[in-house]
Amino acid sequence: MFDLISKLFYRENMTSRDIAKERLRLVLVHDRSSSSPELLNALKEDLIRVIREYMEIDEDALVVDLANEEDAVALIANIPVKGFRRAVNQ
Amino acid sequence: MDKKNSECHVIVVTSGKGGVGKTTTVANVSTSLAKMGYRVAVMDLDIGLKKLDLILGLENRVIYDIVQVIEGECTLKQALVRDKRFPELHMLPAAQTRNKDEITPEQVKDLCSQMRPDFDFVLIDCPAGIEQGFRNAIAAADQALVVTNPEVSAVRDADRIIGMLESAGFQDIKLIVNRIRPDMVRHGDMLSIEDLIEHLCIDLLGVVPEDRNVVVSTNRGEPIILNDRSSAALAFNNIARRIIGEEVEFPTFQDDSFWDRLRGLGRNLFSGR
Repeated sequence: MFDLISKLFYRENMTSRDIAKERLRLVLVHDRSSSSPELLNALKEDLIRVIREYMEIDEDALVVDLANEEDAVALIANIPVKGFRRAVNQ
Repeated sequence: MDKKNSECHVIVVTSGKGGVGKTTTVANVSTSLAKMGYRVAVMDLDIGLKKLDLILGLENRVIYDIVQVIEGECTLKQALVRDKRFPELHMLPAAQTRNKDEITPEQVKDLCSQMRPDFDFVLIDCPAGIEQGFRNAIAAADQALVVTNPEVSAVRDADRIIGMLESAGFQDIKLIVNRIRPDMVRHGDMLSIEDLIEHLCIDLLGVVPEDRNVVVSTNRGEPIILNDRSSAALAFNNIARRIIGEEVEFPTFQDDSFWDRLRGLGRNLFSGR
């Protein structure tokens, strides 16, 4: 609740320039990610390569996507784990 | 850069969004270059919606257009309109009753290579949008200037255009911010140059302040750069000077509100000189 109030208060104190800046930032993140799906695919492949060194994952079920929330963009990765590699600590 | 050098620069002026000042930029930067003595051609590729002839005040001198040149109805030389006020400035008019998809990128490239030997600069006025007209306009260019305004919708389109220019292989892309109001930026009511550069991540070539004189010049069909009391004129002249390789400082626009000027006047009056 306090969060919400402080957020509203904050927003009210923002100049229209700050609001424009924030809207621009969000819209550019969204535009750039949707105009280049290759980028997300490349990221996905890199993720698989790194994670495979530590654990077994279901590569076909792996999902990497960007999600829009109210005032943020999140990178969401859902990576089903099949099993861990045996630890090699000698 | 030497005058009358052998290398011709073909520069496309583009923006994505319409109405941000592409044509005004093309008209004034090319006039400024011509005034310095460079041989300049401007090519209007906004076929079907031409404006450059009006902004330059050359609308009554147009006889042939670019589509007629391409279709072989006249020669390039016949179609080029020479500006009597600036003997080095030539305009290749767009066709008003044709469509953008009646010409191809290859034809524009051909035309440009015919023009290169005779000019130091060829400026291409690109239509708004990202369709055929845009592809025609960028086909022959070596460099690109992206014009934007300090507002979210224009910057978003500029970002898209920069992405498309980059994937078309452009190495030299520079930004012109048009119609900025320094007083509004100071009061937190307009995006600043820094805000724009931070998001677009390209080099800045010029900043043109909002200026009522531009409307007056456009009404008369005279380039604003002839008005030596206009801040926009100074900005366009600076852009032309940066294009030919001069280092020109960016003005800070600090002292242009009424109260700031009054304060400056008071300081000068009472400083004892």
